[in-house]
Amino acid sequence: MNTLALSQNPSGGSPLRRFSNLLYRRPNLYLSLLLVPPLLWFGAIYLGSLLTLLWQGFYTFDDFTMAVTPELTLANFAALFQPSNFDIILRTLSMAIVVSIASYIVKAYAWTLLLAKGGVAQWFVQHLGLEPVLQFVLGIPGVGGSTLSTSHLGRFMVFVYIWLPFMILPIQASLERLPPSLLQASADLGAKPRQTFMQVILPLSIPGIAAGSIFTFSLTLGDFIVPQLVGPPGYFVGSMVYAQQGAIGNMPMAAAFTLVPIVLIAIYLSIVKRLGAFDAL
Amino acid sequence: MTLAVQFTNVSRQFGEVKAVDRVSIDIQDGEFFSMLGPSGSGKTTCLRLIAGFEQPSAGSIRIHGEEAAGLPPYQRDVNTVFQDYALFPHMNVRDNVAYGLKVKGVGKDERLKRAEEALDMVALGGYGERKPVQLSGGQRQRVALARALVNRPRVLLLDEPLGALDLKLREQMQGELKKLQRQLGITFIFVTHDQTEALSMSDRVAVFNKGRIEQVDSPRNLYMKPATTFVAEFVGTSNVIRGDLAKQLSGNPQPFSIRPEHVRFAEGPLAAHEIEVSGLLHDIQYQGSATRYELKLENGQTLNISQANNQWLDVSAQHQTGQRISARWAREAMVPLSDTVAGGV
Repeated sequence: MNTLALSQNPSGGSPLRRFSNLLYRRPNLYLSLLLVPPLLWFGAIYLGSLLTLLWQGFYTFDDFTMAVTPELTLANFAALFQPSNFDIILRTLSMAIVVSIASYIVKAYAWTLLLAKGGVAQWFVQHLGLEPVLQFVLGIPGVGGSTLSTSHLGRFMVFVYIWLPFMILPIQASLERLPPSLLQASADLGAKPRQTFMQVILPLSIPGIAAGSIFTFSLTLGDFIVPQLVGPPGYFVGSMVYAQQGAIGNMPMAAAFTLVPIVLIAIYLSIVKRLGAFDAL
Repeated sequence: MTLAVQFTNVSRQFGEVKAVDRVSIDIQDGEFFSMLGPSGSGKTTCLRLIAGFEQPSAGSIRIHGEEAAGLPPYQRDVNTVFQDYALFPHMNVRDNVAYGLKVKGVGKDERLKRAEEALDMVALGGYGERKPVQLSGGQRQRVALARALVNRPRVLLLDEPLGALDLKLREQMQGELKKLQRQLGITFIFVTHDQTEALSMSDRVAVFNKGRIEQVDSPRNLYMKPATTFVAEFVGTSNVIRGDLAKQLSGNPQPFSIRPEHVRFAEGPLAAHEIEVSGLLHDIQYQGSATRYELKLENGQTLNISQANNQWLDVSAQHQTGQRISARWAREAMVPLSDTVAGGV
């Protein structure tokens, strides 16, 4: 009886119990109590110290006494634009930009060297005695070219190299979701590993393959750098848009071309959807 | 008579942990054999060793006389009904059932015919076009059963197949499984942690504890003549009396078991073959078909007494908690128990 009365009256009991009952009845209070400490921490330690540092930028530094005095001035910020200081900024900025672009372009460029006449790829092919095979493949119209680096095959290899991670990650995610008991059930029913792969693993990873192919499809469709670096002459949609609005200045034509990948991706998405690839998502 | 499955000193170690420890079992052909034990007792690992999902660290496993250690699952003439059913979500029910025949190269007409027959057998005829997600738990369970049986295995392994079903459905499926097993005459090896399920369905039951077998016996013997304290306490409810009280009552320090329904309230003079104890009535629980009384003995031990409610007269009304009461049982009802794990049987 005593315990019953206790649980019916939330204001009774020890202070701790009353407090916990209060939190139970006021979820918003509970949430704010949970959130305030980390927000305070973040505000004080991170933003606070940053603002303090920035505020110091308005103080005056006396060159003779080497002392800081709290007299507010904009001289420090103006000094940023002195040539000697501005150089530092430019040097850092340009390196940041170049590195960002290069990590993409260098990959593509590296392949032009690898695939070029006398490049590493050809050296390998030579030493393996496979030159006739290479010549045959390069001779196939629509695939080949005069060298690997100016062939469709070379361009294909570079695209695959650059966009492959976007395909691997979704497929890996769909494989991880596959319950191991399904694979055991397949083996238990007499399927050899190859049959289990074809009948169970592959069909169940189709949503992952579809998601990955949406990435690779749209990224390849919009790319305008790789086609300029590797492969035979001739524009891709992306490089055409780039050329029309940049060098030629024909913005209307560039805009018209822009519509093409949008429409193609829309068609592609509807096909993938119709095939049921999103059903399992 | 050939043995369906024979374990000889089989061990399975996962790092330092011995999931199965020197287990020897002989399972007869055509037997309904259950492996009973709490979770982590090694029963499921034993089943997976038979299926081929695990390989033994030591010992020999023979399936119908042939050494199976080292064989992959797809080369064994056994099929499994999985705990989570493991139906292929991208195939309809018919393709799920026909899968085993398909991968073995059975022609399309024949495998679809046999799949339909198997579905009829589990009363799911006409469900072939549905996807597993469109079925209830009980229906999925039947599909899993049909998918295994369509291959006509000589041994069927069932890994807690009824665990996810509600009580009524579970009891119904127990009866159907038992009927199916008699009808087909194949060996069923059934893993469960539910002792009533094991007792009601099996020809024989192996009780597992910490990777070892405590006892292999018929359900009746398991209940009436438990060999160890673990079996007495795990299978049904038991009063296990140990130490000084055991010596005082039976004249022997060996622990013994007395079932609650073998104890009755004292009435009339004490017969020569009877033993009497007394204590305070601590709790009364009405359970429908029986009423359970908890008696606190002088040494602090609790004695459970179960009395069948088979009379119109309400017997429980005569007793109240706090009352001092004497209870008796026949000497023959006491089963001496060994404390050690029995090891391989």
